[in-house]
Amino acid sequence: MRLEPIADPSPMRRVLPVVIALAATVILAGFLALVSGSDPMAVLGLIVKGAVGSKFAALETLNRATPLIFTGLAIAVAFRARLWNIGAEAQLYAGALVTVLLGTGALPLPAPVLIPVMALGAIVAGAAMLVGPALLKLRLGVDEVVTTLLLNFVMLLFISMLLEGPLKDPMGMGWPKSAPLLKEARLPRIVSGLRLHWGFGLALIAALAVWLLDRHTVAGFEMRAVGAGETAARFAGIRVPRVVIRTAVLSGGLAALAGFSEVAGLKGNLTLDLSPGYGYTGIVVAMLAGLNPLGVVLSALFVAAIFVGADSMSRAAGVPTYIADMLLAFALLAMVLALTMTRYRLRRA
Amino acid sequence: MSGTAPKSRPVALRLDGITKRFGAVLANDAISLEVAQGEVLALLGENGAGKTTLMNILFGHYTADQGRIEVLGEALPAGQPRAALDRGVGMVHQHFTLAENLTVLDNLLLGTRPLFGLRLNRGAARARIAALAQDFGLAVDPDARVADLSVGERQRVEILKALYRKARVLILDEPTAVLTPQEAEALFATLRHAVAQGLAVIFISHKLHEVIGIADRVVVLRHGRVVGEVAVADTDPARLAAMMVGAEIRSPAIPTVAEGAVALRLERVATQGFHPDLVNASLDLVAGRITGLAGVSGNGQGALAALIAGLAVPVAGRFQIGGRDIPDWSPLAAIGQGVARIPEDRHHAGTIGDFTLTENAVIERLRDPRFSRHGWIDWRAARRHAEGLIYGYDIRCSGPDARIRLLSGGNMQKLILGRALEESPAIILANQPVRGLDIGAVRFVQERLLAARARGAAILLISEDLEEVMALSDVIHVISDGRLSPQFPRGSMSAADLGLWMAGQGFDHAA
Repeated sequence: MRLEPIADPSPMRRVLPVVIALAATVILAGFLALVSGSDPMAVLGLIVKGAVGSKFAALETLNRATPLIFTGLAIAVAFRARLWNIGAEAQLYAGALVTVLLGTGALPLPAPVLIPVMALGAIVAGAAMLVGPALLKLRLGVDEVVTTLLLNFVMLLFISMLLEGPLKDPMGMGWPKSAPLLKEARLPRIVSGLRLHWGFGLALIAALAVWLLDRHTVAGFEMRAVGAGETAARFAGIRVPRVVIRTAVLSGGLAALAGFSEVAGLKGNLTLDLSPGYGYTGIVVAMLAGLNPLGVVLSALFVAAIFVGADSMSRAAGVPTYIADMLLAFALLAMVLALTMTRYRLRRA
Repeated sequence: MSGTAPKSRPVALRLDGITKRFGAVLANDAISLEVAQGEVLALLGENGAGKTTLMNILFGHYTADQGRIEVLGEALPAGQPRAALDRGVGMVHQHFTLAENLTVLDNLLLGTRPLFGLRLNRGAARARIAALAQDFGLAVDPDARVADLSVGERQRVEILKALYRKARVLILDEPTAVLTPQEAEALFATLRHAVAQGLAVIFISHKLHEVIGIADRVVVLRHGRVVGEVAVADTDPARLAAMMVGAEIRSPAIPTVAEGAVALRLERVATQGFHPDLVNASLDLVAGRITGLAGVSGNGQGALAALIAGLAVPVAGRFQIGGRDIPDWSPLAAIGQGVARIPEDRHHAGTIGDFTLTENAVIERLRDPRFSRHGWIDWRAARRHAEGLIYGYDIRCSGPDARIRLLSGGNMQKLILGRALEESPAIILANQPVRGLDIGAVRFVQERLLAARARGAAILLISEDLEEVMALSDVIHVISDGRLSPQFPRGSMSAADLGLWMAGQGFDHAA
């Protein structure tokens, strides 16, 4: 068996494998429900209902998708340039940390000034988290997979230390959490009365901006070129180290915005459970999207819907929420395979 | 039409109606041929004629859609390299398949013994190798590490490996591409030994004079079909070439061009980090002149090409362009100084496979105001530029949005050439510009280089094909182990003279 590239895939060829992959995921969900002793159709129905079945559910899904769009974009940008950033989790927390530091009274500024300053601070912190590993990779050839992955644990322990010590909320009844943000530091809601904050809007803008950068600017072209053919890129006069650093700044900054948006838009303070692994799930989101910035929005919505839907279903039907993780893992495998099949055909050798 | 072996000798290998299709492309179209024991059959054809596909089918890497293969009268099961080896089909690839850190002996044993056997029995193997080396005139030290051997010696090890596995049919894919003329002579002597022992040899080559020198019969492939089959005694290079391309061909005429100033000068330059590095290399590239660099591959061409392309900086000596020292040398500086670069590896250095023609066409010049303003790319201008190249350089493709991976090597090269030459460069680095191209594309590339020369460009032509260097160059330098010979004007040296320099002789007296 061998794979042969297809010169010009037909529209059918592009769409059909993806549809099959989604269908296979649904069938697997039913099977898992059956294994846990429930009615498959009922469980599927509950997942869909829990994700988009009501205004509350849909808004919850959009809220959950927000940090995933940011981390998904962060991963997509980095992976396109072959910078293997596994540390979006650390960058997210770096962004959240700076948001809390600036937003709890350190800067007495009005909201229209304070919020952009907080966002910028978060971006700088997240970028710094990734520039270090990028420099090590460029100068000493240190594998960034290892450094960025390990930094996640360093960052989490550092935050834990801060929350038990200097950042601990004196009014927090002893819980390890930071003081709440000032009112001026909170992201407003998009429509008053609806539980959806401007972080979501910012995420959509970020996706559009990354897409424009990717397709229409020299900087984006250079990032793609370094990822798709570093030797050729260097030969063509592209300054590869500079591009890698630029990619690190962008990727780290985007991941940090996830932390900023979660703290300033949703939670209002910093805790150790701010992110249930958004940095890692961002990898799934980016891969599902084929590293396409606009695709990231769709895949983040899809992933968020599965999580939110599975949460709600498990409360109603008593099926464990682990089903969401299994579904995501399977959806990813099926989708990667499907995306391969849109570009290659299988032939018997 | 099919190639038939002389009736007097038993047939070693028979291919019957081999057909192989890749998508819409018919790579092999009902190819039939025979090779007799004790015969050298040359397989001649342009790139893309189907030679490699045919050999891959024979060796079991591909399965033919139709047709059958017989080795010594027995049908060969399709798609099993192991079966091909067991029946006595041996192949010497263009790129050697030896384990460099093992000795010659261990390389020969590799794969011939059961994986979990306890004893290697090197003694018996050693004796057989000695006997084989004796019979075929293949002198190689069995205890030498392959990494320490020259290219010619490694090729001998490859042949010995095939013979050790009791090959009855020996296939050599472009065996002389990496050899000096002297080493090639030694190879031919070995092959004559081999056929005298009853081996059948299939010799794949582009080089007409070699085919005539070694083969008994020639089968010519074109567009996947057998278009001609002649006994070597009845033909000559011009007629073979005509068969290959379907038309008479001529060598390009080289008009006289007034030489200009020195465009690029190396003075006792050394590099660092290459194997081998340039040592004490002096070279002038003069406007309106093609400077040829002859040499066996891996003798410092890489270092020189990298230096001129901007990928390496000199660590000693002077490096001048247009009479001025260049302080910060880089690919970007090279492009800025008007150095057009045609890289050796068009797949990795020259193009990005998953990028479109348009993207590849502008990659070196994207920051030009022609193609971008304030960092925003003007894709319409870029596309127009790509369309201009497609038209002006006759690039066969489905359009400027096609991924370049899908183009043939010749068309890829035309894009690289066009991208470089459209900028009217003062200096051109052409590193193996026609390697692997079919004759039509070779002519095209050479004509464009000659046109650039007439315009007054200073051209450095690096090639392992001595014939090409001698045909096109105004002056020739020979490179050997990182050293550059003095320049020899056109016609002052014979191929044999240059061959001696390529083997490293002459440097001690000169320099």
